[in-house]
Amino acid sequence: MAQDEKTTTPAPGPERAKLNRELAQMLKGGVIMDVTTPGQARIAEEAGACAVMALERIPADIRAAGGVSRMSDPHMIKGIQAAVSIPVMAKCRIGHFVEAQVLQAIDIDYIDESEVLSPADDVYHIDKTQFAVPFVCGARNLSEALRRIAEGASMIRTKGEPGTGDVVQAVSHMRLINAQIRHVVSLRDDELFEEAKRLQVPVELVRSVHDSGRLPVVNFAAGGVATPADAALMMQLGAEGVFVGSGIFKSGDPAKRARAIVGAVTNFDDPEKVAALSEDLGEAMVGINKDEIDLLMAERGK
Amino acid sequence: MATAVLALQGAFAEHEARLAELGEKAFELRGPDDLARSFDRLVLPGGESTVQGRLLEELGMLEPLRERIEDGMPVLATCAGLILLAQRLAAHDDKGTPRLATMDVTVERNAYGRQLGSFHATADVAGVGREVPLTFIRAPRVVDAGAGVQVLARVDGNVVAVRQGTQLGFAFHPELDPDLRVHQLFLSL
Repeated sequence: MAQDEKTTTPAPGPERAKLNRELAQMLKGGVIMDVTTPGQARIAEEAGACAVMALERIPADIRAAGGVSRMSDPHMIKGIQAAVSIPVMAKCRIGHFVEAQVLQAIDIDYIDESEVLSPADDVYHIDKTQFAVPFVCGARNLSEALRRIAEGASMIRTKGEPGTGDVVQAVSHMRLINAQIRHVVSLRDDELFEEAKRLQVPVELVRSVHDSGRLPVVNFAAGGVATPADAALMMQLGAEGVFVGSGIFKSGDPAKRARAIVGAVTNFDDPEKVAALSEDLGEAMVGINKDEIDLLMAERGK
Repeated sequence: MATAVLALQGAFAEHEARLAELGEKAFELRGPDDLARSFDRLVLPGGESTVQGRLLEELGMLEPLRERIEDGMPVLATCAGLILLAQRLAAHDDKGTPRLATMDVTVERNAYGRQLGSFHATADVAGVGREVPLTFIRAPRVVDAGAGVQVLARVDGNVVAVRQGTQLGFAFHPELDPDLRVHQLFLSL
């Protein structure tokens, strides 16, 4: 089997960066679900998840538990890798490049350098260009998104406010990123240098946005998505796919809700289908309003 | 007439862009209602085959599409699409479920392992041309092909492109490269 013959990690570089952006393109129109056990991973795959995020605690429980939240046990992640055939992602702390090295060593498909975990570095993000494995990073605005891409991220997601079941932050981040993209597109060529200075990002990336009218990598919605209508809302606002964290396995009937959210992402602009998918899903996750929480995870890593 | 691009999940927009560059009209198949529209070609894009296969089944789209393919409608299937066409699946772990099952091949999913096993290559592809750029993302390979199946290309000994009548199956992603020759072959069928 070809898989068993692989003994060395491929070298990082432009070739890997392209392959890693291309994997994100294959995930488009799909739902990436947080799972904490092989059993949940199988439920997610069976429901139509295009990938799973393996973690020890979903964001709502991380919020409830408090303390320091770290990368998951590699043994637990391997159990999930063995349980499903779809891509398996895992989170490392912002700036914790050794956690990222560990995840690459266990052949993870995608690393989420995530504000959901406690940051390990309050200044520097990981230099993701030094890795062969792809990274997804959260962003609240175009400035953060392009900085993460400059550092080597091959996929972006909104930060939203994880573990709340409240979609408001994901909505405002997606709207802001897209409004800023529209602004960059409207600029004259000779205004791009000043815009790069203002955004604190390389001018080449600003020029890429200006010429293409989009981020140079795939952009998903994440943080607070709890219902099929939430997922369809994010898609109509321009998301290319959706992460669902606590929203599924904190709800009354996870398998049914997972299937419904997958269906709503495929048919996001068909209200009749979204209506049918929204029926009889049981309890949604309880949810907490962002104004009722002390810890805004989206403030981590700018 | 037009080409229908299955748009349940994955890289369908990239196929639409390639077809548009060649002046071909294309529309998206998102549900059973779209099957009533008029089309004479089908594209099955890359993405996650488990997601696409399950949605095809759930939306009741498998049988109508299978009938059209068996009646000779040209199909371009890439990566996950090839898995949907295969009559038999193999894998080191979970084999998955055959879906359209119109092509007499056995396809092994995730044949090169996980994302760190993804790679670019170039190869001559019969009917397409010389030195075609090939992008393999968590790609499958054809491990067995029936007598009616023509092998169009191999990479490192692995069968990566096949044709059975008007069905084209590729383990790689021509939709990700600017080279239009694969889509030209498809539109010539």
